[in-house]
Amino acid sequence: MKKLNLYRDIVGEDIINQLKQLAEPLKGIKVVHVNSTKLGGGVAEILHKLLPLKEELGIKASWEVVTGESEFYNCTKNFHNGLQGNAVPVDQRLLRIYEQTNAENADRLREKLADADIVFIHDPQPAMLLHYIPERKGKWLWRCHIDASRPFRPIWKYLRSKVEGYDASIFSLADFAQHLPNTQYLILPSIDPLSEKNIELEEKEIDSICEKYNIDRERPMMSQISRFDRFKDPIGVIKAFKLAKKFTPGLQLVLAGGGATDDPEGEAVLNEVRAAADGDPDVNILLLPPDAHRIINAIQRASDIVLQKSVKEGFGLTVTEGMWKGKPLIGGDTGGIRLQVINHHTGFLVNSPEGAALRIRYLFNHRDKMIEIGNNAREFVRENFLITRHLREYLTLMLAMLHYQDKGRIELS
Amino acid sequence: MYKENPAFNIKDCALVAIATGKKAHNLRELKDIISTIDEGSVYYHFWGMLLKPRFLNREYNNEFAMWVKRSLHDSVLAERLAVIDPTDYDTLEELRTEVIDTIEERLDENEWINFVKPHRRFHFIRSHIVVFDTHTTIESPEQLVDIIPNMSTGSIFYHFIDARGRGHQNEDDFRQWLSGFGEDLKPLCDKIAGLDPYFVSPHTLRDQLDEIFTEFFRGEVK
Repeated sequence: MKKLNLYRDIVGEDIINQLKQLAEPLKGIKVVHVNSTKLGGGVAEILHKLLPLKEELGIKASWEVVTGESEFYNCTKNFHNGLQGNAVPVDQRLLRIYEQTNAENADRLREKLADADIVFIHDPQPAMLLHYIPERKGKWLWRCHIDASRPFRPIWKYLRSKVEGYDASIFSLADFAQHLPNTQYLILPSIDPLSEKNIELEEKEIDSICEKYNIDRERPMMSQISRFDRFKDPIGVIKAFKLAKKFTPGLQLVLAGGGATDDPEGEAVLNEVRAAADGDPDVNILLLPPDAHRIINAIQRASDIVLQKSVKEGFGLTVTEGMWKGKPLIGGDTGGIRLQVINHHTGFLVNSPEGAALRIRYLFNHRDKMIEIGNNAREFVRENFLITRHLREYLTLMLAMLHYQDKGRIELS
Repeated sequence: MYKENPAFNIKDCALVAIATGKKAHNLRELKDIISTIDEGSVYYHFWGMLLKPRFLNREYNNEFAMWVKRSLHDSVLAERLAVIDPTDYDTLEELRTEVIDTIEERLDENEWINFVKPHRRFHFIRSHIVVFDTHTTIESPEQLVDIIPNMSTGSIFYHFIDARGRGHQNEDDFRQWLSGFGEDLKPLCDKIAGLDPYFVSPHTLRDQLDEIFTEFFRGEVK
């Protein structure tokens, strides 16, 4: 129980004991997670951390990745954008490629998935595997990490026909849940306080990383860590920075992001962001490799304010990460950011670049509030958004699925 | 010496929320859905929500009242709903009826109905609650002094909050068990009865119980 013990100092003995007890009836079961990338994005990060913990608790957990050509990812990017409400084209040729790619992956993974007790399929990319593996023996769950609260209907209509056959689905928030014939569980994502991205860093390491990336620690600084994606509104962040800068002399902005291997639009958006920055030396745009966790950690810790000005967001793990580092958050008033950012307590929700600029000015003029809000934010994450809570809910869900389907109250002896 | 009493078995619980897919945009829809929704959803919005993430201490003791205040901006109805104490009702059906009556009364008073924006809708949620044995058993009340500080919030929820809906005449499990030891522990039970589970987190409840037990059995003020 080495890894779990490391969490004891952060979350307390009672939480660790609870996990062990919940996992007891699940020992030896085979659980497989399937998504479309092992690098980049919040889903991959969570799986990297959750799986070893499940293993330590005696569950035979493994992780598979579906692979495809670039057109497959173009199609699934359209699904992603469509689920978030964008009117995207429904290209029949791409849909056939999507189906064919899932069929090929099903052939490759058939034996393992058919034999598993529980299969978690993450997001739309591998969603059709269910259709191609009818001989499955276990329970299959579709885990939707995307804000699908108001999807573009033609896209949702197509995807619904692929996911309604699952034994259950999981959404991050009730607002994201769509009408489906199965049980829809609600599980919030989480961060790992012991990961490279969140672990405590020494000041000299933060200094050295800032020096390397031309961040002046003597001057005020704010950052947004995100993939270069229009839904994250990096252009809006630059606009807010320009509005706030004249009231906060010396202000610097760091926009740092990596590209997920399943996101074909990243480069186009990055070019738009560079154009919007217009050569301003105080706007630092960093394209980081997917494993730049300590760099991101250092940038967040060096920030006075962390921004996540998304216009659509599933949950917003970068929000959680910033809060865990004791920083006030300025976040877009959307999706899961609303659950984390509470006005005047853990940060501010904003609806426009102007709103973000206003809150930036407020915080830089109230340094005491900045500290108070940052401390609140860290404690809020400790209570609610760490990986141990996430794991507990997955264990509870697995127990419910395997042994006690549809009973409101499950009594284990 | 106290009277003999069966041992107290410490249990724990974990809860996972389930979307029912039902959403209300206005007060009339809220009432209509409450009248037909699975009673597990009534349980969740009165009791289960006490285990949910939140930042501030609650202003109201159930999620119907909170939504009416924050999204419909009807303070009068929010206050009337908030005064409903679920422990006054023997069954969830009776509790449901009281909520519906309260909303209907307000609907009769108002000729207009407020609608909310889509992201402000009321989402009806139910839950699976998994109860499990910690395999910790205590024989004497004094042992609670050492046990309580190490209890999980799930245990606190199960024994102090969930117990009230499990047919112990709306008593928590601690008082139910302690009362079996006779009159000597009545002052302790009275102190526990003074704890209000609605407005603080399970963590705070655990601290409050810890203070009460430590003071009663060891005379120490924490």
